[in-house]
Amino acid sequence: MASPSGSVAGSGGGSIVVVWSATDSGAIPTSAPPRLLAPSERPSPRPRAGARTWQRWVGRAFVLGVPLAYLAVLLVGPLLAVVAGAFADGAGAFLGAVTSRWALHGFAMTALMSGVAIVFNTVFGVAIAWTICRDRFPGRAALGGLVDLPFAVSPVVVGLMAMLLFGRQGWFGPALAARGIRVLFAWPAMALVTTFVSLPCVVREVTPVLEAIGVNEEEAARTLGASRAQTFWRVVLPNIRWGILYGIALTAARTLGEFGGVLLVSGGLAGKTETATLVIYRHLEERQDQAAQAIAVVLAMASILLLLAMELLKTKRDRDLDSAGRTR
Amino acid sequence: MTPPTSTFVVTPGGASVGGSQSARPGSEPRRRPRSTEPRLGRLVVRSMVVIYLGLFIALPVGAVVRMGFRKGLSAFGAAIVNPDTLSALGLTVQTSLAMALINAVMGTWIAYVLARVPFPGRRLVNALIDLPFAIPTLVTGVMLVVLFGPQSGVGIWFDGHHLRLMYARPGIVLALLFVTLPFVVRAVQPLLLDLDTGQEEAAAILGASPWRIFRQIILPSLWPGIRTGTLLSFSRALGEFGSIVIVSGNIPRRTLTAAVLIYGEIESGHPEAAAAVSTLLLALAFTLIVVVESFHRKAQAGHGIA
Amino acid sequence: MSIEARGLSKRFGTFQAVKDVSFTVQTGEVTALLGPSGSGKSSVLRLIAGLELPDVGQILIDGEDSTWSSAERRGVGFVFQHYALFRHMTVAENIAFGLDVRKVPAPQVKERVTELLELVQLAGYAGRFPNQLSGGQRQRVALARALAPKPKVLLLDEPFGALDANVRAELRAWLRRLQDEVHMTTLLVTHDQEEAMELADRVVVMNKGAVEQAGAPSEIYDAPATPFVASFIGASNRLEGRISAGRTEVEGCDVDWRGALGAGGQGARDGTTDATIEAFVRPHEIEIRRERGTEGPSIPAAVVRATRLGWQVKIELALPTGRTLTVHQDKEAVDALGIKAGQRVFITLRGAKIFARDIAATASPAAAQLS
Repeated sequence: MASPSGSVAGSGGGSIVVVWSATDSGAIPTSAPPRLLAPSERPSPRPRAGARTWQRWVGRAFVLGVPLAYLAVLLVGPLLAVVAGAFADGAGAFLGAVTSRWALHGFAMTALMSGVAIVFNTVFGVAIAWTICRDRFPGRAALGGLVDLPFAVSPVVVGLMAMLLFGRQGWFGPALAARGIRVLFAWPAMALVTTFVSLPCVVREVTPVLEAIGVNEEEAARTLGASRAQTFWRVVLPNIRWGILYGIALTAARTLGEFGGVLLVSGGLAGKTETATLVIYRHLEERQDQAAQAIAVVLAMASILLLLAMELLKTKRDRDLDSAGRTR
Repeated sequence: MTPPTSTFVVTPGGASVGGSQSARPGSEPRRRPRSTEPRLGRLVVRSMVVIYLGLFIALPVGAVVRMGFRKGLSAFGAAIVNPDTLSALGLTVQTSLAMALINAVMGTWIAYVLARVPFPGRRLVNALIDLPFAIPTLVTGVMLVVLFGPQSGVGIWFDGHHLRLMYARPGIVLALLFVTLPFVVRAVQPLLLDLDTGQEEAAAILGASPWRIFRQIILPSLWPGIRTGTLLSFSRALGEFGSIVIVSGNIPRRTLTAAVLIYGEIESGHPEAAAAVSTLLLALAFTLIVVVESFHRKAQAGHGIA
Repeated sequence: MSIEARGLSKRFGTFQAVKDVSFTVQTGEVTALLGPSGSGKSSVLRLIAGLELPDVGQILIDGEDSTWSSAERRGVGFVFQHYALFRHMTVAENIAFGLDVRKVPAPQVKERVTELLELVQLAGYAGRFPNQLSGGQRQRVALARALAPKPKVLLLDEPFGALDANVRAELRAWLRRLQDEVHMTTLLVTHDQEEAMELADRVVVMNKGAVEQAGAPSEIYDAPATPFVASFIGASNRLEGRISAGRTEVEGCDVDWRGALGAGGQGARDGTTDATIEAFVRPHEIEIRRERGTEGPSIPAAVVRATRLGWQVKIELALPTGRTLTVHQDKEAVDALGIKAGQRVFITLRGAKIFARDIAATASPAAAQLS
């Protein structure tokens, strides 16, 4: 029903609005009111085709099933298999294997290597990320690609690098040996290798957060009188902390599993320079499959825990990235 | 009408100089000094970058390249162009390529399912994708051998059909698939999530089948991610060692990959040969990184960022 | 606490963002840098804040040469368009930041924070985080934060640009009241004319990196110094014409400027000037008649459309040259005239601002002062 004010509320579904505008003639345009459709004019309901829906179900099952089966076979299967294998001789044997002196020493070594890598990568990683994002100097673009290089290098090549630099005929080897410092076939070389392979981890996770957050808060801090250092500690660091922590978790995961590089530089002194992975390898060579699998299971479990931590941190970091995007 | 307080000149060019004060006579415009930013902080950070780049990346790479050429160019050539090395390189490239192709397809498929097909446990599966990032490669090799090796039920079944999985080429591809699983999935996922479902809905209303919608509407937007993910997984696979050394059996000219070859050469005291092959791998890896970076940069420029 | 900019220039890459900009902000005054986007006004503000360094020029804050001092040491307060609040700190910590950095003892900090929260009418919000506040509230916190360390001057970069229209109006009024209370020397960057006119004691109009005109808001409106200012400030109709050998024609019609228009047209009277002219006429400065006027030049026009806008009527006219004019008249006048679409009318221009260019060399001074 048209009302004098010029707007119409329709019956049934939507509302119909008539806008009046003054024209020269002063005539008021009208539109015919809507009429209800007779039953014969109404559109007929969609036919429920049985064959079509069955086809759709099969299609969906296929589309969903194949990748899930793929993942089950590739990921889950092997994991379950190795757990079964580790306990094949019973829980006692499992515990014995993972608490043997070799195993314990291996775990300690792995933890030490990871620790060194984490400390180094965090400090340098944040510095690199900062330079990539905030400093303007020539060659900055190349820096990004170079940072990723360690990810692409094979671990054995990393081991070779360490040997060439610190070996007996290496670049630094003789000089250091003269001072009684042993790098190769000792834990320092292993730490260097471990650090190298995980160099990109922190940088790659901090850079996008730094980019997303932008310079505004830092500029605000500067206008308020904060020095560069103060700005960094009080404004920037809290903003990137989840990115840093995620990077640290990645570093831990990567260094936990380092094998190829440390295999070359450790010298294989059982009980002295073996990481957990090297212990597993030695057990395999000595045909002690169950012991190898037991320690492998422990490493796998540790990795899964790290994975959970990473997922949690990723959510927090993504939240930071999101909110950064919104306030710009 | 009162004229403005300042006199002004209408110049032929049309531009006018208005302003209550212009530069006072005697104050010359001054050029700014080199840099007035706090010196020390910048220096420290920049030197850290130099140490990082120089010490940790340039130096080691330089050492390897130098060792590769230590006995001359011909020796470098001989180390590479010999039957063992060539077959190892060929095997590495073949298996990595096969893996990359399978990964491209399955990775995209998995990403699609995670993004568009709701099912119970989706979040768990999504978290599981990152598992290969976390698990040590050596452990991966061990797991695969336990499940698919000759002693396991699966292995025995395969043996009965005269198919070798472990200690053979298929095993290598399998290990590589495991290790590089996340690359394509994680490269494609963000693109999928960013897609405007409106387009897909419009196509559905117009009568397109889901497969057609995927092929003509979704897939074109995903190519950059598929490309990046595939390249990254290929690059990663070239240097893979920990899982291969367990899974492949390391039979020269049959299942010996480049990385294991390098290991062998080092252990048998041929550092020059090892370095030569390593240099090749490094060059290949570096080229791939540059390619991926340039794609990345082009994509960013296309979006108006950077 | 005055601000003085002298001959500032700044280039970003190949783009000259700021060209020889000079102006002064008197102590306790609010000056607005007004201009379209890309005019360089934000760049100038950042130069004064020390967030960028000029290529050439001088900046004096409170008489002291601060041109090369870093942002940390200039003692300016800066408010960003997108607030730039520290997201991981509470409102109180945000406001206290400038004081903490100067190692002010805690009790004093607390006192000042409370004082400022009262000032910006956010008492009780001390423990909230920025993402829990509305846009208007965030900007008030940003202002409080900037004021906390008692800066010498206050710089505002399009402070209300990111807010809804009604919040913007509210905050504008609130800022005016605040300014009346605090009397801070303030430099405000905006592209919103209304904002500049309402808040500022002086307006500096900028375009393409250079200053077009500086003066009180009324000056800028009533006596624009350049064609850009005339067209940018307030609504204007733009007409084109020529002066040649004593004859003046505007939009194809001979006109005699003398006496008929507010503009003097001395050059035209001279008879020896030859120039292209632009004339800017405000919509309410055009008089419409049904017959040709006798008091001065009348330009024929046709009525295209007449639309009621409240108590005014907006009439669109078409000139013989094809140019359209917009005229605002009140309803009574229009009714008296009986204006209808398609009619032929005659218009008289009252109070045009005329700018001449391409002045050919003549015996009389080339500087044709037309005001």
